[in-house]
Formats: sequence, structure tokens, C-alpha cells
Amino acid sequence: MGDLVLHLENINKSFGGLSALSDVNLHVEEGTTHAIIGPNGAGKSTLLNVCIGRLKPDTGAVTFGGEVLTGKQPHEIAQLGVARVFQTPEIFQEMTLIENVMIPALSHRDGAFRLNAAELLSRQGELRDEAEHILEDVGLKDMMRTEAGSLSRGDKRRLELGMCLILRPRLLLLDEPTAGMARHDTNQTIELLKKIKSRGMTKVIIEHDMHVVFSLADKVSVLARGQIIAGGDPQSVREDPKVKEAYLGGAN
Amino acid sequence: MTNTKKPLLNDAFVVIIFAAAILAMPIWLDPIGGNYPDLLQKFAIYGIFAIGFNILFGLTGYLSFGHAAFLGVGSYAAVWSFKLLTMNVLPAVVFGVLFAGILAAIIGFLSLRRTGIYFSILTLAFAQMSYNLAYSVLTPITNGETGLQLARSDPRILDSLFSDGSVGAGLPSTDLFGETMSGYPGFYFCAVLLIICFYISLRIFRSPFGLMLKGIKSNQNRMKYTGLNTRPYMLTAFIISGMYAGLAGSLLAVTDPLAGAERMQWTASGEVVLMTILGGAGTLVGPMLGAGLIKYFENIFSSFDDNVLTQAFSFLPDSVVEFVVPVVGLFVGSGWHLTLGLLFMIIVIFLPGGLVEGFRRIVNYFRSGGKTKPQSVEAHNQAGE
Repeated sequence: MGDLVLHLENINKSFGGLSALSDVNLHVEEGTTHAIIGPNGAGKSTLLNVCIGRLKPDTGAVTFGGEVLTGKQPHEIAQLGVARVFQTPEIFQEMTLIENVMIPALSHRDGAFRLNAAELLSRQGELRDEAEHILEDVGLKDMMRTEAGSLSRGDKRRLELGMCLILRPRLLLLDEPTAGMARHDTNQTIELLKKIKSRGMTKVIIEHDMHVVFSLADKVSVLARGQIIAGGDPQSVREDPKVKEAYLGGAN
Repeated sequence: MTNTKKPLLNDAFVVIIFAAAILAMPIWLDPIGGNYPDLLQKFAIYGIFAIGFNILFGLTGYLSFGHAAFLGVGSYAAVWSFKLLTMNVLPAVVFGVLFAGILAAIIGFLSLRRTGIYFSILTLAFAQMSYNLAYSVLTPITNGETGLQLARSDPRILDSLFSDGSVGAGLPSTDLFGETMSGYPGFYFCAVLLIICFYISLRIFRSPFGLMLKGIKSNQNRMKYTGLNTRPYMLTAFIISGMYAGLAGSLLAVTDPLAGAERMQWTASGEVVLMTILGGAGTLVGPMLGAGLIKYFENIFSSFDDNVLTQAFSFLPDSVVEFVVPVVGLFVGSGWHLTLGLLFMIIVIFLPGGLVEGFRRIVNYFRSGGKTKPQSVEAHNQAGE
């Protein structure tokens, strides 16, 4: 296995008096898929928000590939190769699918800002081919002239995944990529994620669905009440009594 | 094939039709009473203003309520160019655009720290500040309430270099290498600039830069998490649209060389918002349509009085005329704002995409052969294949 590439060290984050994350330490190996599981309200989404710069941790630091992410602007973090799929798809609803994918493609080619007002979009043949290719990968090429807002929820997620993939991220963060999907769509998404596994990018995935976790994850960390209570390969985590308690014991 | 967006016309064709329509305005506006140079110039100038405003509002969704400040600065810069340098209009236009661009960079830099209503309020505040400064502290530059005017004693350095500097009996008039810029030549000068501006706007719409601006309007969060720094994109759009406004302001001075602070008042900022929304924000030709319509109303409808109406309704029996004229009279003459207000409400409620959406619906209706005749739809589709 590769080197450790993503480090979260002593992350604390509280909202008012409520502690969302307390002393979270997490290290992710390059090229692996690391799943974070845990009951509702455990702080999973907060953890991802800290990674992409949407939230600033109270203490601690996130480093990725030797760069400190904490304190950087979201677009700077994204330019370092960190992409995220959100729980509610963040896409360009009013624009066509191909336009949705062209924007990240341009971001990947031109960086955070370039005054490319004199060029014509219709002359970006290479970029367009690439965009169509990505849409084909996520199975949406037939609909590329459709407005993104009219897609089904599952298709929106796949579109957002495509928008992240065209950035060729080194780290992909996925927040419940199959939530609310029918079994058939879930399996399709698993296949898609397995396919991109071979591209060598590191993935951190938050997921409720254990079927998804055990199909994809190389490592699993369990988050409960803002703390990592267990970690390791999927099999050992599944049998860890603390994990069972966190999932089941809360009801007692 | 539902949901598929297909452009109705190709771009080169759009520019050619637009240019032809603008240059031929004296012909086709004649029957509806719009063919006099003063009004034609206003169509072209406010067309530029609205097209520029649309680059900001239509593409990025940021509603500036202070664009009149740039219009005013453009006018002042142009008049100063006439006073100090030359009566030639080219330097005046260049300075108008330049100074408006600089002011837009400053106001944009500060206002774009906020979005939504706060951005609108900030721009409004800056514009009102400019307006009040023009009346008070900046009187040496703006000549306060009187407005900035030409004088026979102005230095006009460049002009006096090339001639003996003597002027005729009255005030000198603006010119483009000898051609006086009033009347129809003035209109054609503005029209050519309008066509160039329209072409630039179209190129921006079709460029990667334009796509980024649309992305900002659609989902600014996603832009950031895609690695795009939205601030410089916004600022560039703001400056470009400020420069359009500066150009429009300098052209107002070109066709009538004086500048007053009232040009910067919030009503002028509001007017360009109305024009853009009326015609269709985010569309290419919408702002031009809106500008034309509002200026037409302002100049033509407002000139109708009871005599004109009595003549227009003379085919009706006298008793009816006596009733109809006062009622219709409410909506014309000084009441033209009422008509405009009603029209604006109708459009915002029923056609949120403005006049352009209206035309699009009509075209789609005819393309599908009318919704009541499904048979012809099939025939049309077969013909299309």
C-alpha cells in the first residue's frame, strides 16, 4: 500500500456549546478508499466540511500531500486536487449537462481564474470531447443537452460525480453518494466507483449503507458523538463490539 | 427530444440581422413616429447601457442598483475632454469608458464582498454618494446644479494646435474628423458603436468566461468547490458593464455636450434595470428591446394629449369619444409611466423571461403548428427528418 497522504490531526469543532468533533485523528493511505461510518449526528459531514474549507476547525489541522488545507479558501483547496460530492447534489441546475461538465473542465485546464472572454466555447473541441467522455463514463451522455435540474436525484449525483472526476482529483470526498437511491441505482453507482478505483485517486466516503461500504472500502473508521471509536479493515470493524454498541446501544 | 435547447439562429446571422435592424431604424420607425435623430440616438445609447448592464445582471444575477454612476462619470469625462482637449468625439469616448472603468473597479471591488440584496444596496449607496458628491464637494469638476457645459473660452489644447483655435459665432459642436455629431450622423456614430457592443456582448455570452459567469449565477458554491475563484470573474464582469455604461454616458455628451448630476440619480439606475427585465435579462437582444420600448414610451406616449386622442377615436360616436378620451388619457401624456408600470407588471407576472420569452413562445407555438393541431406536429417532424 502507498504512503499516508491525508492527515487530520486533533480536529476539534463545536457549534455553540455542542461539540461536533472532538480530537479527531485520521490518516488516509494514498490510493485507498476510506469509509467513515457512524450513526446520524456523529459529525461525518462536519468532518468533510472541515476538509474542503467550508468550515474552519477550532483546533487542529488538515494536511493533504504535504500541503496544509486548514485556513485555505475553498477554491484553493479544490485547485490542490480535492473534490467533493455533496449529500444534496451541488450542480448547475439551469444549465445543460455538457455545460455542467465544461465548467470543471475549464477550471482544471485554466486554474482558478483566467480571462478567457475572447475565446469561443464552440472552439474548445478537445475539452468538449473530454467532457462528453466523462458523461459517457457516468452514463449520462444521451442526455447531455438536457437541463440538469430536470434529472432524477440519482442522475444528479452521477452528474456531480462526473463534474468531480473531470477535475482529475487526487482526493475525492463522497458524502453518502447513494443516499435515497433505489437498489438498482446504488449498484450502478458502486460499479462506477469501483471503475474509478483503478485510476489511483484517494477516496474518503461517508456512507450509511453497509452494502456500499463493504463493497468499496479498504479501510473503515467509525465516528460516534464526534469521536473516532474504531478503525481498521472492514471485517475487523464489523466485528468490533464498540461499533455494535454505537449503532445499537444508543437505543437502550 | 424534450428539454432540448436549440439556438434559433446562428451567431453571425444574429449580428447581421441586429446590425441591419439598427441601421435601418430611420426607415422602419418612421410609420410609428419614432424617426427623429434625438430619439434614435437615445435608442442606440440606452441600448448600449442596457446591453452592458445585462452582462452583469443577466449573466451573473448580481443586480446592481448603481449603474447610473458610471453613466454620469462617462458624461463628465467626455465633456471635460471636449473642454480641455478637442471637440473630436473619439478621445471623449475613450476617456468616458476609461474613467467609468476605473470607478467600476473601485465600486465593484468593495460591493462584490456581498451578494444578493446587500450587493444591490451597496451599489445603490455608492451611486447616491457619487450623485451627492457631484452636487457638493465636487462642484469644481461637475459645476454643481448648473451642470458641466462648454464655453467659448475653453482651452481645447489639441484643437488649437491644429487650427488657429478660433471658433465661430456660437459654441463649437462635437465632431468626428469634421463630421458634426448631431442629428443623423450622431445617430449613425452611436449605432455603429452599439453594433460593436452587441457583438462583444455576444462573444462574451459564447466564451468560456461567459459560461463561468452563468455558473456563478446558477451555483456559486459549486464554482468554489470546483476550484474557481469567483471574485475576479465577478469583478471583471462588473468593470465591463461599468465601461459599457461609461460609453453610453459619453455618447450622451457626444450628442448633446453637457453633463448634469441628475444623470447619476437612482431613477436612472432603476431605468436600466427595468429595460433589462422588460426585454429579457440574460438574453442577447432583450435589453436592446427593453431600452427601445421604454425610450419609445417616454418620448412618444408622453407626447399624446387629448387632441391627439380625440382625433384617433374620431370614428366613434361623440358621446363615446367623450367617455373614452379621458380614460385613455390617463395612460398617455404625463401618465405614460402608468402604462409602463402596467406593462412591466404584466411581463414580470406572465413572462418572467421578458419580451424575448414572449417571442420565443410565439415561435415555438408556430413551429409546433399550434397546440390544437397535433397532426401538423407530426407532419412538421417528418419534414424535419
